[in-house]
Amino acid sequence: MEYLNIIFQETYKILFLLVPVLVSVAMIVWLDRRVWAFVQKRQGPNVVGPFGLLQSLADALKYIFKEIIIPASSNKVIFILAPIITMTLALTAWAVIPFNENNVLANINVGILYIFAVSSLGVYGIIMGGWASNSKYPFLGAIRSAAQMVSYEVSIGIIIINVLLCVGSLNLNDIVKAQENMWFVIPLFPMFVIFFISALAETNRPPFDLPEAEAELVAGYQTEYSGMMYAMFWLGEYANILLMCALGSILFLGGWLSPIDLFPFNMIPGAIWLIFKILFLFILFALVKAIVPRYRYDQLMRLGWKIFLPLSLTYVVLTASYLFYFNLLPVI
Amino acid sequence: MKISRFFKTILMIDFISGLLIAIKELFKSKKTINYPFEKGKISPRFRGEHALRRYPNGEERCIACKLCEAVCPAQAITIESSQRSDGSRKTTRYDIDMMKCIYCGLCEESCPVDAIVQGPNFEFSTETREELYYTKEKLLDNGDRWENILAANIKSDNPYR
Repeated sequence: MEYLNIIFQETYKILFLLVPVLVSVAMIVWLDRRVWAFVQKRQGPNVVGPFGLLQSLADALKYIFKEIIIPASSNKVIFILAPIITMTLALTAWAVIPFNENNVLANINVGILYIFAVSSLGVYGIIMGGWASNSKYPFLGAIRSAAQMVSYEVSIGIIIINVLLCVGSLNLNDIVKAQENMWFVIPLFPMFVIFFISALAETNRPPFDLPEAEAELVAGYQTEYSGMMYAMFWLGEYANILLMCALGSILFLGGWLSPIDLFPFNMIPGAIWLIFKILFLFILFALVKAIVPRYRYDQLMRLGWKIFLPLSLTYVVLTASYLFYFNLLPVI
Repeated sequence: MKISRFFKTILMIDFISGLLIAIKELFKSKKTINYPFEKGKISPRFRGEHALRRYPNGEERCIACKLCEAVCPAQAITIESSQRSDGSRKTTRYDIDMMKCIYCGLCEESCPVDAIVQGPNFEFSTETREELYYTKEKLLDNGDRWENILAANIKSDNPYR
């Protein structure tokens, strides 16, 4: 009985996290399309619900009722498993995101490693989807995506080392608390920029949307998918984008902390601040999508390996030597 | 690589100026219209859905001269006529195959009595092919429905004909 109680409690907690995340994923898709349209001076989706807010729900409903087509020559088990893995992994990573000092589903002391590991696993969903489709465009898209995500994960990892050097803990709560005096975006600004660009590449957003470059690869690894399975890829992708925005705001923009510790600002609950920061980063994501052309594949690799990796490594050395020289290394 | 180019790349000047332009455009008025709720302006000469007009006393204008049938390049119009008891020649059948029609406007131009006209309506899509075989009743009904706009359009376009 006791055991059941615990399970129920945890399930409630998970639902309280997952339902808002899924709803905000739907909203964020709307926001993405809307910002994109506004930059191009179009109206964007504005018919379903107020300002078209329910557009994504209508889309999801449509996807649910569409037929799921499984190619005859595909590996059916893996084909079906791939979108499930993508979505599950994208949502699992949310477990460690702290919305407030005590408001976190799993306050584990290796939170950042956990996020890193789970988001690295995300590439499996894409590779499996591309391979199991048994078709040339999905396969090429999946290969590209794998190479891209692996190379940009390296630079993200090294950027995270920069932050960890300043904090001395892998716990996301501690990372946010260490920014009480100064957000890391100020001393580590170049790293923030590189993190942002790497996050774009990591989540296959334009200008790095090579895995689904529609001009050359139809829709990349999603080509053979339809109906709910396509919607799950799409959900996972946007959940990942949101996760990257959340990670960016926790690592660099002070998570739930208010920008200034003054009366009207520190009255607003921390979760709202975190949401504002995530929204800010996401609007940047959407603007970037609207203004930049797609990278060529070799340019993408050059940027990842020849520019970001050396830059972030140099910055690790700089940060470490600065902290060591002035005796600022965090005491654990 | 030039030194200025190097700094331009490192500081992402081009990217940031592009971002600023994007943010500026974000708040400008939209160039597209909210289509089903607001529609673009249509010229009086617009060649949309066909209509057969009537005289103000309710009599059909069409005299079954079959000029439109003859001029129609897509041969979309079929007319059959007979003499009515009062001696006037009227159509017994006036069909337009809207799928053959190329909306060239020659029928409207050839009509000596302004009976067949092309109105401003362009939203007459149907779910079946059969609904697009327009009959005389349908065309006359269109004429009654759009008469105000049709008359105004013909009047405003009259000086240029």
